[in-house]
Amino acid sequence: MLASGIALHLSDVAASAPDPAGLLPARNQMALSLGWHIILACFGVAFPAIIFVMHLRGIRKNDQVALDLAKKWAKVSAVLFAIGAVSGTVLSFEMGLLWPGLMGTYGDVLGLPFAFEGLAFFVEAIFLGIYLYGWGRIPPKRHVLMVLPMAVTGIIGTYCVLAVNAWMNVPTGFNVIDGEITDIQPWKVLFNAHAFSQFAHMWVAAYMVVGFSIAGVYAVGMLRGRRDRHHRLGFIVPFIFATIAAVIQPFVGHLLGLGLGERQPAKLAAFELAETTTDGPSPLRLGGVIIDGEVKGALDIPYLGSIISQNSLTKPVPGLDTIPIEDQPPINLTHLAFQSMVGIGTMLMLAVLVYWFMRWRGTDLIGNRWFLRGAAIAGPLAVVAMEAGWIATEVGRQPWIVYGVMRTTEAAGDYTSSLWLLYGASVVLYGGMTIGAAIILRSMARRWRAGEGDLPSPYGPKRATASKGEQR
Amino acid sequence: MSLEVVVAVALFLGVIAYAVLGGADFGAGFFDLTAGGSRRGAPTRTLIDHSIGPVWEANHVWLIYVLVMWWTAFPTSFAAAMTTLMVPLLLALLGIVLRGASFAFRKNAETMGQARLFGSIFAVSSVLTPFFLGSVAGALASGRVPAGGNGDVWTSWLNPTSVFGGVIAVGTCAFLAGVFLTTDAERGGRERLAEQLRARTLLVGIATGATVFAALIPLNLDAPTLIDGLTGRAAALMALSALGGAATLVLLWRRRYAAARPAAVLAVASVVSGWGLGQYPWILVDELTIKEAAGATATLQGLLVAVALAGAIVGPALFYLFRLTQSKEWTHQEDH
Repeated sequence: MLASGIALHLSDVAASAPDPAGLLPARNQMALSLGWHIILACFGVAFPAIIFVMHLRGIRKNDQVALDLAKKWAKVSAVLFAIGAVSGTVLSFEMGLLWPGLMGTYGDVLGLPFAFEGLAFFVEAIFLGIYLYGWGRIPPKRHVLMVLPMAVTGIIGTYCVLAVNAWMNVPTGFNVIDGEITDIQPWKVLFNAHAFSQFAHMWVAAYMVVGFSIAGVYAVGMLRGRRDRHHRLGFIVPFIFATIAAVIQPFVGHLLGLGLGERQPAKLAAFELAETTTDGPSPLRLGGVIIDGEVKGALDIPYLGSIISQNSLTKPVPGLDTIPIEDQPPINLTHLAFQSMVGIGTMLMLAVLVYWFMRWRGTDLIGNRWFLRGAAIAGPLAVVAMEAGWIATEVGRQPWIVYGVMRTTEAAGDYTSSLWLLYGASVVLYGGMTIGAAIILRSMARRWRAGEGDLPSPYGPKRATASKGEQR
Repeated sequence: MSLEVVVAVALFLGVIAYAVLGGADFGAGFFDLTAGGSRRGAPTRTLIDHSIGPVWEANHVWLIYVLVMWWTAFPTSFAAAMTTLMVPLLLALLGIVLRGASFAFRKNAETMGQARLFGSIFAVSSVLTPFFLGSVAGALASGRVPAGGNGDVWTSWLNPTSVFGGVIAVGTCAFLAGVFLTTDAERGGRERLAEQLRARTLLVGIATGATVFAALIPLNLDAPTLIDGLTGRAAALMALSALGGAATLVLLWRRRYAAARPAAVLAVASVVSGWGLGQYPWILVDELTIKEAAGATATLQGLLVAVALAGAIVGPALFYLFRLTQSKEWTHQEDH
């Protein structure tokens, strides 16, 4: 599983540091639960808008295929949202269980955005219930509107969570005087300067993840010879969402990165694998790792590093030599994660541009098996890019949990290495949930293909009790 | 009332809402577990799917509300409780995760075997989760959480008050769920099912009521501050709760289901409120008061803005959802 893979990487890197025994399992635990939840959170944020478009098309054009797709997607989203809701709850608990130092000290500084996020989640959960169970029970024109609040709360919820993360990167809204936190301004945290650009980056990423993933399901169907209108429509609507997201994402990401050299020089140095500060412009370093202070296996493109990260032809990227050793993040993991994100993102952007260019020239690549194969793996690739992005920004902020203010070691609880037991149990739990969801979703798809519409539960009255005549 | 107390009241309203609404969803697991084999239990399980399906996620958010309000408004007490009560909190969390995931999985299960597997996970975790949450409440109320955190990992929640708190929580949830499900069954025209559920709910109600009274004796020794509050300031609420519980039983007995529901809600809401009022002004009993634990004033004010917005936005939406689920169209049609 992807998230546990991430956690393993984290452990490789951090194992060398002389940290308290409970820190490393806590970080792994957080990486696993966050990395798992973030995928489902994407569906919570982006899926409603995609369903809305499909549902609206079904109603407006009296398009039965579109209506059918919207209804099936709603059922899929019910399963995904359920496990998303509970895995999100895990994070609420873990904030306090794993990082009591952070929450005890800064709870009233960073808490307000979470309150608004909770509000957004509340509205989302309510309208989810209304929309899912409203099929055939609410007049269609009103029913379709019930999915819209979910798309809106996805925006608010994403913004609020990212506001907290942006605050961890660029803390603001308080003063520390003699170790006492004073002058707390929670609204300044909610509306901090970097919240919006981080939000935009993640929100667009959610549409990439979901758009490519859903389109990929129908690409697989077409590869297996199911080329009816159901599959073409099921492919193209999410693919359009993914296209828009994939094309703007590199620019959104670039805007977010501007000024990183001033805000978090250590993170930038790690992103760029800048061991030392160059005289003159820095190259863009593709791939490579630092072993014993030497860069190995990297492909250097002159000037490009300075151009991209400093917007300058001459200004070098400040290297890790300018950063005290105790303030340096794990450089190789940060660098490789960052470049995986950028590489995959660029590739996905180019791929969708090729598709639409060819379509404009009169060739629909939907008939091309290699294109469909690519479309099938675009979803997982987008997930990898998003996870890599989170690893890059989170590991790149280490050893700080709140940049420049609180170290991760100060935030961690007073636990022993027995915390690894919790981590092991969590791997089993998340593995089980992943398998459970995969079994259920695949069986739903199989039954739909076989022509079953409503998927009654196996113990439902139609099957299990029809013969008993007990009801009514 | 001072600003801190207003925020504490807003937080505690979330606790009450979660106890009543979330509690009823957890309690459904008791009836699922005791419904019998796959054939005999089918009507009950279908009713449970139908009854809590549209609302459980919304009801679950009250827990998130409580956690966020707590860590934002009273951060040190939150950290202290989390580090001390790690074990019951993790077990409750495990239950919450398993309950939600397996409920969604069972609803869409293809085979009876899958439905049985996910159904049993759903039912067992639903029954056990309130125990751990109740034991956490017992720990807070009996002064087991030191202000500095990192209290005893085991005795903090394996003590008379916590154990009784846990058992009472399980019983209360099942009682509420029984009343709700009986009402739903009757409204859906399933008389025989309603009869079955009614009988079980009466038994659960009597057992839970007896446990509450039995708990008073050990609590007297184990949680004197709480008992002082319960028999003093909160005595009226406790009496109201006893009255509500008794009224629910009588109404159930006389098959006046529509009236039994508000009575059951009153009984549970007032016993939970009684706990809150009983331990006032402490947030961590004998350790930290609401005033001492409160965070920055600006943050508390901000939280009240969020709460007011929630009242304006979430309130009507929640009302709409509940009204829909109680309407004729939603009760009589099969699930889609």
